[in-house]
Amino acid sequence: MDWGYFKELLMGGVVKGSIYALIALGYTMVYGIIELINFAHGEIYMIGAFTALIAAGVLTVAGFPAWSILILASAAAVVWSASYGYTVEKIAYRPLRGAPRLSPLISALGMSIFLQNYVLLAQTSNFMPFKNLFPEEGFLENISEVLSATEVIIIFTSAVVMILLSLFIKYSTTGKAMRATAQDRNMAMLVGVNVDKVISATFIIGSSLAAVGAVLIASNMGQINFFIGFIVGLKAFTAAVLGGIGSIPGAMLGGLVLGCTESFGTGYVSSDYEDVFAFTLLVLILIFRPAGLLGKSDIQKV
Amino acid sequence: MKPILDVKNLTMDFGGLRALDSLDIDVRPGEIAALIGPNGAGKTTFFNCVTGMYNPTQGDVLVNSPSGYSTRLNGLKPNKVTERGLARTFQNIRLFQNMTVLENVMIGRHCHSGAGHEIIMDPDNSPVKRMAASAFFGGMEIAATLLKGKRFKEREQETVQYSYKVLEKVGLEKFANNFAKNLPYGLQRRLEIARAMATEPFLLLLDEPAAGMNPQETKELDDLIQRIRDKEGISILLIEHDMRLVMSISQRIFVMDYGKKIAQGTPGEIRTNDAVIKAYLGEDIDA
Amino acid sequence: MGEILKSLKAAIWFMFLTFPIMVIKVNPIEDTVVWRWMNMAYIGVGVFFLSFLWRFMLARRNQGKKAEESGKARMPIGQRIAEEPKIKYPAIALVGAFALTIPFWADMYNTNIMTNVLIYVMLGLGLNIVVGLAGLLDLGYVAFYAVGAYSYALLNHHFGANFWVVLPMAGFLGAAFGVALGFPVLRLRGDYLAIVTLGFGEIIRLVLENWNEFSMGPSGIANIDRPPFFGIKMDLFQKTDFMYYVVLALAILTIIAVTRLKNSRIGRAWIALREDEIACQAMGVDRTKTKLMAFALGATWASMAGVVFAAKSTFINPPSFSFWESVLILVIVVMGGMGSVVGVILGASIIVLLPEYFREFSEYRMILFGGAMVLMMVFRPTGIVTAMRQKYTIHK
Repeated sequence: MDWGYFKELLMGGVVKGSIYALIALGYTMVYGIIELINFAHGEIYMIGAFTALIAAGVLTVAGFPAWSILILASAAAVVWSASYGYTVEKIAYRPLRGAPRLSPLISALGMSIFLQNYVLLAQTSNFMPFKNLFPEEGFLENISEVLSATEVIIIFTSAVVMILLSLFIKYSTTGKAMRATAQDRNMAMLVGVNVDKVISATFIIGSSLAAVGAVLIASNMGQINFFIGFIVGLKAFTAAVLGGIGSIPGAMLGGLVLGCTESFGTGYVSSDYEDVFAFTLLVLILIFRPAGLLGKSDIQKV
Repeated sequence: MKPILDVKNLTMDFGGLRALDSLDIDVRPGEIAALIGPNGAGKTTFFNCVTGMYNPTQGDVLVNSPSGYSTRLNGLKPNKVTERGLARTFQNIRLFQNMTVLENVMIGRHCHSGAGHEIIMDPDNSPVKRMAASAFFGGMEIAATLLKGKRFKEREQETVQYSYKVLEKVGLEKFANNFAKNLPYGLQRRLEIARAMATEPFLLLLDEPAAGMNPQETKELDDLIQRIRDKEGISILLIEHDMRLVMSISQRIFVMDYGKKIAQGTPGEIRTNDAVIKAYLGEDIDA
Repeated sequence: MGEILKSLKAAIWFMFLTFPIMVIKVNPIEDTVVWRWMNMAYIGVGVFFLSFLWRFMLARRNQGKKAEESGKARMPIGQRIAEEPKIKYPAIALVGAFALTIPFWADMYNTNIMTNVLIYVMLGLGLNIVVGLAGLLDLGYVAFYAVGAYSYALLNHHFGANFWVVLPMAGFLGAAFGVALGFPVLRLRGDYLAIVTLGFGEIIRLVLENWNEFSMGPSGIANIDRPPFFGIKMDLFQKTDFMYYVVLALAILTIIAVTRLKNSRIGRAWIALREDEIACQAMGVDRTKTKLMAFALGATWASMAGVVFAAKSTFINPPSFSFWESVLILVIVVMGGMGSVVGVILGASIIVLLPEYFREFSEYRMILFGGAMVLMMVFRPTGIVTAMRQKYTIHK
C-alpha cells in the first residue's frame, strides 16, 4: 500500500467533498422546508461562478489590487447568486405551492434548463479560463506536501462557513423560524412566522453558500462553462441525500463521503467512471437507506 | 358470536411518543360502533393501524369474516387489508379528483375485477403462489387490455354495472360521468363511502363522515349509514365528533383519550360516564 | 398606478439581476471588457410589460381555481370540440390522410423529419404512461431507448440479426430492464424516483461511452441495416419511404395500445395512484405491481423506439442518449398534456418541427423549452390538451 498516494487521494476527496457539502447545504435546506428538489440550485452555483469571473475581469481591467478583487468578486457572486435564488423561488416555485408534487419538480427542471441556456446565450458556450482569485502570497506556499494553498483555503473556508451556518440556524430568530417551518409549516404560520419570508431567506442563504462554493471550486479548477452546474448540482444532491436530506450535518458528512468515494474510485479503479461512482452511490443509498446516514425516516402523514 | 374485528392490546409508538396504548376494541357482526374522543386522542392512528397504513408496535388486529375465515392483519399492506374485507374512508376527503365519479367507484372494484383475483385473494393459497399468480395474471391482463378481447370487454362491463349499482345505493348515479372534484362537499363524502363499499367489505371504517356537514346532510348520512348496515349487512366502525349522530346510530361506543381507552358501553352508559365527562370537559369541572 | 409601480419595480429588479450576465462580457485572456448596455434596456422594457401579463395570468388562474371549487367551471373549448363527433371524426380522417400520403408529396429530407416526429410520438406516448398516467417522474427514460437501440445495433452488427426479429425481442428486453430497475426504486417517493432514474440513465450512457469492447465506445456503431421488406431490393428513396411507413404503423399501434390501456382497469389504477397514492392503496390497488406495470410498459415502448431509431439512422453513438434526450421527451409530454394521447402527438410535432423549420429558432430552442416547462406548470399544468376521461353508458 502506497501511503503517499492514499493520502493524496484522501486529501483530494476532502477538498472535493467540502465543496459538495457547501452546495449540498442549499439542497438540504430547501428540501427541509418545502420538500422540493431544487434542480436549479446547480445553476445558481454556475451563475455565481460566472458573476465572480465577470466581476474579477472588470476589476482587473480597472486595475484593482489582488486582495480587493478576491473580496469584491466573491461578494458580487454571493449577492447575485442570492438574488437569482430568490427570484427563481418567486417565479417558479411560489405559484406552485399546494400543487401536485410533480408540478414543482418539472418547473424546477425547466428553470434549470432555462438558466443554463440563458448563460449560454448571454455569455458563451466555450470554457472560460478562471483565474485563481487567491493572490500568491508567500505565507500561503508549501503548507503541506499534498495540499496546495488554494486547497487549504477551500477546506478552511468551507469549515468556517458551515460553522457559521450551524450557529445561525441554531441561535438566530430567522434560523429558529426556519426550523419551525421545516417541522410544520401550518403551525409555524399560526404562531406568527412569516412563512413566505422564511422560504425566501432559505433560498437566499442556500444560494449564497453555492456562490462561495463556486468561487472556491472555480479557483481550483481553473475553468468554467455554462454546464458545470448540472453535474456538480447532481453530485451535491447526492451528498445531501447521502447524509440524509433535510439534515445540515448530514449534508456535510455526505459531501465528504462522496468526495472521498470519488477520489478513491478514480484513483484505484478507473478515472473513466468518475461520475458513475457518484451515481451508483446515489442509487444504492436511495434503495437501501433512503433516509440517508444521519436522516430520520419519516412517517407518511395520512 | 365472535367479533368480526378484534383488536387486542394494540400499541403504537412514534419515536418516544406513545400514540396508542394497549387498546382493546372489538366490533360485532351487524353492529354500528363508534370511536370517540377529544382531538389528538389517537382515533385516526387507530384506523391507520387497523388498515395497514401503520405497522403497530405491539398487539393484534384480528378479523373473523362472516364467511368464517379468521386472520391476523398486523403488518399487511393496506391493499391486502382491503382484500380481507375491511374498507375505510378518510377524515380529509381523499377522492381521485380528476377521475369521474363512476371511475372512483370502479377503483374500489379493483381487487374484485382483475383476472385471477380468486387465486390472488384467497388467503388459503401460499404467498408464493399468490405472488406468482399476481405476476402471471398481470402479464395476461396487459395482453388482454391491448388486444381488447371479448372476456376483457365483459369484465369491464361487469365492473361498470356493479359500480353504477353502488352509486345508486348512495344516490349519486346521476353524477356518474362528472369529475369527482366538481361534486359538492357533502356528496364527496358520500362518494368516498360508495368507493369503499365497492370493495365488498364486511366492515366499513368511517373517519369523521359527518365533518363539515350541515344538520340536513348529517341527517341524510345517518340514514345512509343505517341503510348500509341493514340492507348490505356491512358492520360499521366510525370516528365522529357529532355526538347527536353518534348517540343516535351506534350500539356501542368506545371512548379514547391520550391513546388509551377510557370507557366503552352503550350510548346511555357513555353519556353518564364520569371518565368521559372529565376527558371532554377537563379535570376541574366537578368542583 | 399601483400596477405600473409594480411593473416598474420588477423591471428594475430584473435589470439589476441580469446586469452581470447580460451586460458585461469579459475576455479573461486579453483582459478586455465589452459593455452591452442595450441588453439592459431590452430587459427593462421587456420585463415591464411581461410583468403586467404575468400578474394578469396569475389572477386569471386563481379565478379559474375558485370557479372550479364552486363547481361552476365551464368545459374548456378544446374539450367541447373534441367531444363533438362532427368535428372529431373528420379531423382524425384528415390527419390520417395527411400522415399516410406524406412520402408521395414530400421529399426525402422532409419524409425523414416526419419519421423523426413519429419516433418521438412513440417515445412520448411511452413516457406518457409513466409520467402522465402513473405520475412517476422518470428522468432516465432515454436509458430504455438506448437499450433498444444498442440491442438492435449490436445484434445486427455481430450476427446480422433482422429488424423484425429484434423489434419484439427488444420490447421484452426493455420490459425486463424496466422491471429490474423498477423493483428496487419504485418504493421511493416521487422526487427521489426522479433522481434515481436520472442517475441510472447517466450510468447507462457512461458505460456505453467507456466500455469499448462491448459498445464500441464513443465512436458508436455504423452501417446498421434498415428494416427489410420480404427481401425486395430498394434504393435509398424507397428505403426512406418504407421506413416512414414502418414507423407510422408502429406509432399507430402505440396510439391504439395507449388509448386502450388508459381506459382499462390498469389505466384507472395508474391514474388513481397518481391522484392519491394512499387512498388508492386503501381501495385495494397493489401499489408496487401497478407501478411496475407502468414502468415496464413505458420501457417497452422506449426500447422498441430505440430499435426503430437505430434502423432509421443506421448509426448510433452514446451522445444520442444523453439526459437532454430524456428532458426533450418529458417536454413533449408536459407541453402536450400529461395523460393525453392527442396532446403528446401535438407536443411531439411542435418540438421536432419548430427547430427544423425555423432554423433561427433552434439556437433558442432549449431556453424556450425550459421557460415553457415553468410557465406550463404555473399556468396550465394539464398541458395544451387536457386529458379527458371516458364516459360510460350504463345498459339497464
